[in-house]
Amino acid sequence: MSKKGFRLSSLSHKYVMAAAGAFLMLFLISHLTTNLLLLAGDGGEKFDQAVEFLLTNPVIKIVEYVLFAGFIIHIILGVIIELHNRKSRPVGYKVALKSDTSAFSRFMIHSGIIIFIFLLIHLYNFFFVKLGLFPVYGGAESSHDFFPMVVVTLQNPVYAIIYIVSFVFLGFHLKHAFQSAFQSFGLNHDKYMPAIKVVGTIYAVVIAVGFSIIPLYFLFLYK
Amino acid sequence: MEFKLKIWRQKNASAKGKFENHTLKNVSAEMSFLQMLDYLNQQIIESGGEPVHFEHDCREGICGSCGLYINGRPHGPVTHTTTCELHMREFEDNSTIVIEPWRSKAFSVIKDLVVDRSAFEKVIRAGGFVNVNTGSAQEANNIPINKKISDRAFDAAVCIGCGACVAACKNSSAMLFVSAKVSQMAMLPQGKVEAKDRVEKMVAKMDEVGFGFCSNTYGCEYDCPKGISVEFIAQMNREFFSARVCKSKR
Ligand code: HEM
Ligand code: SF4
Ligand code: FES
Repeated sequence: MSKKGFRLSSLSHKYVMAAAGAFLMLFLISHLTTNLLLLAGDGGEKFDQAVEFLLTNPVIKIVEYVLFAGFIIHIILGVIIELHNRKSRPVGYKVALKSDTSAFSRFMIHSGIIIFIFLLIHLYNFFFVKLGLFPVYGGAESSHDFFPMVVVTLQNPVYAIIYIVSFVFLGFHLKHAFQSAFQSFGLNHDKYMPAIKVVGTIYAVVIAVGFSIIPLYFLFLYK
Repeated sequence: MEFKLKIWRQKNASAKGKFENHTLKNVSAEMSFLQMLDYLNQQIIESGGEPVHFEHDCREGICGSCGLYINGRPHGPVTHTTTCELHMREFEDNSTIVIEPWRSKAFSVIKDLVVDRSAFEKVIRAGGFVNVNTGSAQEANNIPINKKISDRAFDAAVCIGCGACVAACKNSSAMLFVSAKVSQMAMLPQGKVEAKDRVEKMVAKMDEVGFGFCSNTYGCEYDCPKGISVEFIAQMNREFFSARVCKSKR
């Protein structure tokens, strides 16, 4: 951090990181809600309607750009922070640190990288098809006809397992991330922090389990 | 009691350094950790060797100079206890004790177990004080302070600047120390006046001297001998945010 000119302080890194992360956490709720419509058992009718709404709504178009920016900023800052922190202890300890910290907090970059790899696979499965970079598959009528593509992808056990494992790591990431974002914004109060931590754990479990149900459904129940 | 000691030895800041093994017999359970090292040094001196250098001063947990990294924990295995107040009865007889210096880019090793903690001094010099007019201090009771606030400011003020928070942090972040100093003054009327300037200057200095970025793992709070709470880190995050957002340019 010796460059002259525009320099972001360590705390500002954290604010931006937490703000981007908080936005991503809101996005996950909306994404999960839409995706659970896949389980409606109506051949994807409700899901298609929701997708139709999202694809045609101009506000959502803007939110989509914010979402991409959020991911990119969050990932870049995550990597910058990690690299900086590695340099901050050039000579390590012989006996590894025994301080009582949560494993979720120590492995944020690792769970983050797993989410990132998943993200690329996920974009390849659906988003890049929508953009026309890859041909439609699974008998879909157009690049916006996601339901048949979802069925083909998630009935493939390899993809189903990749998705489920990634959701578990996403849950690990969120378990620490939720309360961490509050702390980064300075919202740590002895009266509310225990509740924030409980809500964060519930949120992480709901997201991980909620998303995992979808591949499980297509793998075992969908006919 | 008898111990096998594995101690970091390093001639000077630029030397390579390595672990040295010692066996120490007849250690009494009542010895403090530093007395045990004194005892070891006596043995080393008698056999013509160079004693192990380590820092200490008050030996009663108030000066903050005695930090050693013992068996994977800054200040050793007992929570809320400085190295000087740690006793040998806390260790298992015939066990091996590994003693290392604080490890952080900002705290370089000077010799053996002694590290240069002047990075903390630099942060304090950047703003960790209250400017007052010269002359005799006014009657303290003239300024009423809510008891809860003064207690809380005191909770932050008990930080002894030992550096265990940096040593305990996987990121070598100094946030617990700096936030304790920032919060302690920001809560009291005398310190409030310069609060916004202070937090900006101290954070800038903290970044400049090479500490890592906080990632809220809270190892610092766990290993701080004075039990400083990470709530003060949150408080500093608020102080800094409001300084950046609200401070006028003039
Ligand atoms: C949907 C996906 C994601 C969500 C909802 C999310 C959310 C969050 C949140 C809220 C935080 C806490 C910020 C703070 O400490 O104040 C965080 C931290 C972190 N995230 Fe993510 N994240 C996601 C994906 C990723 C990805 C793809 C990476 C890739 C590298 C990543 C890397 C990190 C790292 C390294 C941290 C710790 C930051 C630190 O040390 O301060 N995250 N995440
Ligand atoms: S916050 Fe605790 S661990 Fe850090 S310097 Fe102060 S007393 Fe030592
Ligand atoms: S020697 Fe002063 S705190 Fe330990």
